[in-house]
Amino acid sequence: MIDLGPHAAFIWASYAIYAAVLVGVIGWLVWDGARLKLRLAELEARGVSRRSRAAKEI
Amino acid sequence: MSQIDTTPQQTLTQKLANPTRFMQLSGTLMPWFAGAAAALILYALYLAFFVAPEDYQQGQTVKIMFIHVPAAWLGMLGYALIAVSSFGYLVFRHPLADVSAKAAAPIGAAFTFLALATGSLWGKPMWGTYWVWDARLTSMLILLFLYFGLMALRSAIEDEALAGKLCAVLGLVGVSILPIIKFSVDWWNTLHQPASVIRMDGPTIHPDLLWPLLISALGFSLLFFALHMKGIRNEILRRRVKSLTMAEVDRARGVSASAAAE
Repeated sequence: MIDLGPHAAFIWASYAIYAAVLVGVIGWLVWDGARLKLRLAELEARGVSRRSRAAKEI
Repeated sequence: MSQIDTTPQQTLTQKLANPTRFMQLSGTLMPWFAGAAAALILYALYLAFFVAPEDYQQGQTVKIMFIHVPAAWLGMLGYALIAVSSFGYLVFRHPLADVSAKAAAPIGAAFTFLALATGSLWGKPMWGTYWVWDARLTSMLILLFLYFGLMALRSAIEDEALAGKLCAVLGLVGVSILPIIKFSVDWWNTLHQPASVIRMDGPTIHPDLLWPLLISALGFSLLFFALHMKGIRNEILRRRVKSLTMAEVDRARGVSASAAAE
């Protein structure tokens, strides 16, 4: 274990909070993106499509 | 006789403002940004814990600097990005500018919170207190409240276009906090140390501590941009889902109206 001196608890706490918040933000963005892709796929499977894509298909 | 091309030429920003083109470009760039960020952050952590020396006054607590300073810079950068995007939305009506401003708010808020939290944990052993109402700390706290205000305002208004305009105005007005944060340590007497990296006469920090800090800052900046791209991609998908849901409702209404007419 690295010796961080008498204030080790403050250093470890800083890095722990940093990791927790960043993992939280990354996890939320990945989960949100996956949820939206699934919802979009469901809508398109029901035959709903954007006008621009529908125009191209015509 | 030669034909004259009457197709209007698009500028680079106009091309990038196209959501479909942005999805293609960001889909390619984002993994590279994320990979480079991970590699640089891991290298910066190695330098911080195994190479960088103790500070002659602050001892090992200087290790907090390697994450505290990038968080503070990125908290401010996030708001600058919101201000530029807000300007782009209000003046040029770029559809992606509003999306960019919306996506930057929670990421900027997270880094501002991290700057405050790590600063507080650094302050206790060095200053003897977790918090003091001095100019630098208070102005950073106001920045965090501005982020919260932007997110609350947007979620309080259902009309997306109106919410975008109002948030853009608040985003532009709020940018005045950035020079106040930057120069707070020069204008007022504060516990917080003055700038030691971004100075007119060059950094005053020793290179053995400066290099790990700069590598850490670059790594977290790349992470910030990767997260911002992901946030923009999510918001584009959210708006597509919304418009398709409305199209489905309209189609269902049309079918029931024609059935009633028959």
